[in-house]
Amino acid sequence: MRDQIKRGHYNYALIISAAVLAMLPLYVHVSGDDFYLDLANRLMILAIAATSLNLILGHGGMISFGHAAYLGIGAYSVGIPAYYEIYDGLFQLLVAITVSGLFALLTGAVCLRTKGVYFIMITMAFTQMAFFGIVSIEEYGGDDGLVIDTRSTFANFFNLEDTVTLYYFVFVSLLTSLYIVKRIMKSRFGMVIAGSKSNERRMQSIGYNTYRYKLVCYVLSGCLCGYAGALLGNFTNFISPEMMDWTASGELIFMVLLGGTGTLLGPLWGAATFVLLEEWLSGITTYWHFFFGALLIIVVLFVRGGIDGLLKRMRLTK
Amino acid sequence: MDWVLIITQLLNGLQLGLLLFLLASGLTLVFGIMDFVNLAHGALYMIGAYFCATLTEFTGSFLLGLLIAVPVTAAAGALLEISIIRRLYSKDHLDHVLATFGLILCFDTAVHFLWGPEGKAIPLPAFLDGRVTILPGIEFPTFRLSIILTGLILAFVLYFIITHTKMGMLIRAGASNRQMVSAHGIDIKSLFTVVFAVGAAMAGFAGMMISPITEASIGMGNEIIIVAFVVIIIGGIGSIKGAFLAAILVGLIDTMGRSFLDTLLKLILSAENAETAAPALSAMAIYILMAAILAVRPQGLFPPKGR
Repeated sequence: MRDQIKRGHYNYALIISAAVLAMLPLYVHVSGDDFYLDLANRLMILAIAATSLNLILGHGGMISFGHAAYLGIGAYSVGIPAYYEIYDGLFQLLVAITVSGLFALLTGAVCLRTKGVYFIMITMAFTQMAFFGIVSIEEYGGDDGLVIDTRSTFANFFNLEDTVTLYYFVFVSLLTSLYIVKRIMKSRFGMVIAGSKSNERRMQSIGYNTYRYKLVCYVLSGCLCGYAGALLGNFTNFISPEMMDWTASGELIFMVLLGGTGTLLGPLWGAATFVLLEEWLSGITTYWHFFFGALLIIVVLFVRGGIDGLLKRMRLTK
Repeated sequence: MDWVLIITQLLNGLQLGLLLFLLASGLTLVFGIMDFVNLAHGALYMIGAYFCATLTEFTGSFLLGLLIAVPVTAAAGALLEISIIRRLYSKDHLDHVLATFGLILCFDTAVHFLWGPEGKAIPLPAFLDGRVTILPGIEFPTFRLSIILTGLILAFVLYFIITHTKMGMLIRAGASNRQMVSAHGIDIKSLFTVVFAVGAAMAGFAGMMISPITEASIGMGNEIIIVAFVVIIIGGIGSIKGAFLAAILVGLIDTMGRSFLDTLLKLILSAENAETAAPALSAMAIYILMAAILAVRPQGLFPPKGR
């Protein structure tokens, strides 16, 4: 029963934000101010990445402190083909998803043998490996990064060179990702994942091989984040190992926790708050990182359930 | 092979290892006793260096600056523990990671605000600034040698405190079983504060010792803290002995890898391939080591007894 009430509320919030995002290019077209389009683009791409992290962190209880690796892999899957003048978007996206999936499979197989803080640290260690791996390849810019001169093209249908096309491509991607993650969560597979988060031993004694389920979940999450990385590479036109820095992984965790772990739309709220706050604070003072850090501490100490929890409570008091 | 280079690099590796130990010992104690993941430990390393830089400027002497900066950093650590960290112990690891990540942002910005965006160099007194002959034909910078010596002395002092004093006994007991210690009527809260302050002083001291070589800069702790985490995971969380051995191991592997891996790889690969692979592999070496050790021994090499 409570589920149904929640769902009604969710649709409401989602419809409003989707409508705002869908109409934004119209407003930008009228006002001629590209700035908001870029902001919303970044917001949506990070929301996809945060959604992918939430799949393992929120639903599966696997605290990955290395999710930025997939952003980097995805971005380089656009950048390296573009370096060889291959701009085919389908190919680039396929590479991004495949390589991310493989990386998740190989590292996940090792990581998932560990628990607790060891899991946090080993996921981070693998991301550091990817980071230093890319840094040391001089051919693709090493430390300095790589400029993507032409964005992905999709045969003769469309290309992402046009900002509005890119915007709607990202927009549709976000909605699709949310839909896919929702389906995964509601499926039998999702139930097993949620079950092994709350009591792994019990799931095992019912007869589930939780290791395998978690590994599949880990790979799915990696693929989705790799996809987000490919979008990010297209959006920024410039990629560098910095994208895989451990602080970038920390920011993704922040978005998920700020929005509300284990909820469908939490990562979207989290990413939106993150991007908008960053924009707002950095406009006010050069020392905005301080307030950002203080906010992080306050969220951890006082805000239970993140923004999504807040929205839910508002609904309950109504 | 060039023996002079090998010995010099072994000493450099030892010096890096001892610096890592200074950082990792505090980290592993805090982690082991309080079960607290402190990413902000690197921030204490940074503010230690900045305190020392300012005090050296103020007093005109590096040694005097160092002597005052260490207790000041310890006090800053105690203040941090009492004001914020203490409220986090009861939360889970995810919250620790996030809150201390926030602390890093706060510290980095505060340093930016107080000392400006530029790094701060620390001038060395003349008697530390030269080179000494340690073996016939081998010269080594005096200051790096003094890092090695003070590091070894501190490691020994810490080892003595932990194994031969009452406080050390409580710390070891805390690392094995926190509840049992407090059930015996020990004021574990104050013990936490003291351990945190000592850890802060050690981290700050490491920052002070490296700054004359590299200069104090914003975010200087953010890279090395990750390596310090690798050290304590390899060594076994909560174990000083493990932290010491792992720190030396990591310091040596990292330094030797960077200097000699390409030569080694050339024995099995073509020169061109070796030169491409060596930097990547040597930068990744310690993480590969950690992943391998965790895959085989998930508790690290020397986990504290009773866990």
